[in-house]
Amino acid sequence: MKRTISAALAAAMLAGAAMADTAKIGFVTTLTTPAAVIGNDMKNAVDLAMEHLGGKAGEHTLEVIFADDGFAPDTGKQATDKLVKQDNVDFVTGFIWSHVLLAARKSALDGGKFLISANAGPSQMAGQLCDPNFFSTSWQNDQTPMAMGEVLNRAGVKSLYIMAPNYAAGKDMVAGLERTFAGEVVGKDLTKWGADAQLDFSAELAKAKASGAQGLFVFYPGAAAGAFVKQYQQAGLKDSLPLYSVFTIDAISLPKLQAAGFQDILGSKITQEWDPSLDNEANKRFVTDFKAKYGSYPSFYAAQSYDAIMLIAAAVEQAGGTGDKDKLRAALKAADFASVRGDFKFGTNNMPVQDFYLREVVADADGNWTTKVVETVYEDAVDPYAAECPMK
Amino acid sequence: MDLSLLVIQTLNGLQLGLLLFLVASGLTLVFGILDFVNLAHASLYMVGAFICATLTFALGNFLLAVLVALPITAAIGWAIERFVARPLYARDHLDHVLATFGLILVMETLAHMIWGPQGIAVPLPAWLNGQVALSETLVIPSFRLVIIGAGLAAAGGLFWLVNYTRLGMLIRAGASNRVMVGALGINIEMLFGLVFALGAALAGLAGMLVAPITEASIGMGNNVIITAFVVIIVGGIGSMKGAFIAALLIGLIDTLGRAFLDDLFKLFMSSAAAETSAPAISAMLIYIIMALVLAIRPQGLFPPKVR
Repeated sequence: MKRTISAALAAAMLAGAAMADTAKIGFVTTLTTPAAVIGNDMKNAVDLAMEHLGGKAGEHTLEVIFADDGFAPDTGKQATDKLVKQDNVDFVTGFIWSHVLLAARKSALDGGKFLISANAGPSQMAGQLCDPNFFSTSWQNDQTPMAMGEVLNRAGVKSLYIMAPNYAAGKDMVAGLERTFAGEVVGKDLTKWGADAQLDFSAELAKAKASGAQGLFVFYPGAAAGAFVKQYQQAGLKDSLPLYSVFTIDAISLPKLQAAGFQDILGSKITQEWDPSLDNEANKRFVTDFKAKYGSYPSFYAAQSYDAIMLIAAAVEQAGGTGDKDKLRAALKAADFASVRGDFKFGTNNMPVQDFYLREVVADADGNWTTKVVETVYEDAVDPYAAECPMK
Repeated sequence: MDLSLLVIQTLNGLQLGLLLFLVASGLTLVFGILDFVNLAHASLYMVGAFICATLTFALGNFLLAVLVALPITAAIGWAIERFVARPLYARDHLDHVLATFGLILVMETLAHMIWGPQGIAVPLPAWLNGQVALSETLVIPSFRLVIIGAGLAAAGGLFWLVNYTRLGMLIRAGASNRVMVGALGINIEMLFGLVFALGAALAGLAGMLVAPITEASIGMGNNVIITAFVVIIVGGIGSMKGAFIAALLIGLIDTLGRAFLDDLFKLFMSSAAAETSAPAISAMLIYIIMALVLAIRPQGLFPPKVR
């Protein structure tokens, strides 16, 4: 019996090798710690993408292996090492956190794998550390806050208080905002981040209030978002210190905030490169099926993860498998796939060249809180570090 | 920097200090009396928050939920003492650390299975969600005052319990010499179970009070347990008075450091350098204090008289 099975397996494997490749995708995200809520959303999107693809890229089979980064750079690097050396994947993708991506970068690229960020966009990797084998289906960290700076200028906000976590992306976000914001930054707090992140912002909110700024800009992704928004409402700052945020209020935090009745967040303004209300076929299918399958709106993390899998699938199909790395690289760069944000193309540094929108928190027809597009802030925006990248 | 900001930040520091005291007091009780290192104390903080969050939605009232959740958390603490801690009393501290670290992983995974990874935001009644104006410029969230009030009440209750009741007398006696207490016919196992349950309830209360500000989430205890250990080391292990004073000290130093260190640094360095160094230094501040205390008074600021 045993022998029959192994013979059958061997035959199946031989047959498989003769006909089509199996493209292996390693997906590194956070599946433990409170930040697992983001990782789960990304995993759900990947599962949905695989379902839409039927697990195939043309005649080739796709296989996804998930790995946990534990919200820590060292764990993320280990997870990447395992995917590269033990599982011998063709693509390493995922990556919520910039500091994790920076730590895992060398493992993936030196291992000769394609590295595709589905979220993190550290400035270094868009600029001097850019690489022909590194692509992004998200953005460079500075870009979303740059769009917010532009929005603030248009709204006539003259002075601003800034709060962000003290890590790679937090610093990029602040730099991005300061790049475009024309008014004065009257105060800035970088708070402790990581598995033991600071979640009580009483001291910082009191300072922000006392600073007399006309607005408060924050970047608090994941679980910290709920904590921040609650304390913002409890401090009663809505009228004196309007909130402008990036990557803080999203499809992950909104249902929880709605359940706990934090009404102050309705009408709050956010900038982003994608929105569930974007009008294109791929997005409609993605949002409708995601809601049907998981019962909530997809977050931008989910949208970018879905795009990452679709990008890989299209490239594998167009390159005729994973055998020829140069063909595969060219196919990835061409990015000929149906993105949920409509048109999708890469710049010289392999970061997307894309539109950024101003979004507002609203209640949908069923009363669920979500976002809708107010206006387009940037069209076909190129990130500010593209010029530093030696690739042409 | 004006006076009202200083007052607000002092109140914020007081609030953090009292929360730390609630966690540290249980830790110091268990460590001081049972001679048991309980890393999983932080899990009780998390469990308290989750149970309270669930009950808030079930009962529709946060305060009622706290009252119901407290005995449940105490019961879980009692069960941990009975089934995990008790078999390990005779072993050394390394075994305690290993076992309770394992317990943290078990409890976090259980919480993950029961409540999911996303955490629960706890709604407050409207009258607690507002602000209180102490003066024209002095406005603080009313729930922060509730935390200060509840923390002071718990500290007062504990002080009364330890100093003026028969149970307190036994606890103090147990801290001094538990063999002798046992020899005098006191049911020492019962006493240990009660102390553990009391510690669990206090940690759970801290978690319940924090949940409406942040949220009930997996791993929330990790934020607080290290700081709680710093508190009991600075205060003197086993000393309730030491835990109280050290908790307030650490809470104030941490909050005021976060609030004013960058302004202070700007006096003698460039503002860019101050912006980078101030968050790093303020995150280290409490550990610097602990190192200083350990260097000058290794037994802590207020060590218990007999150990």
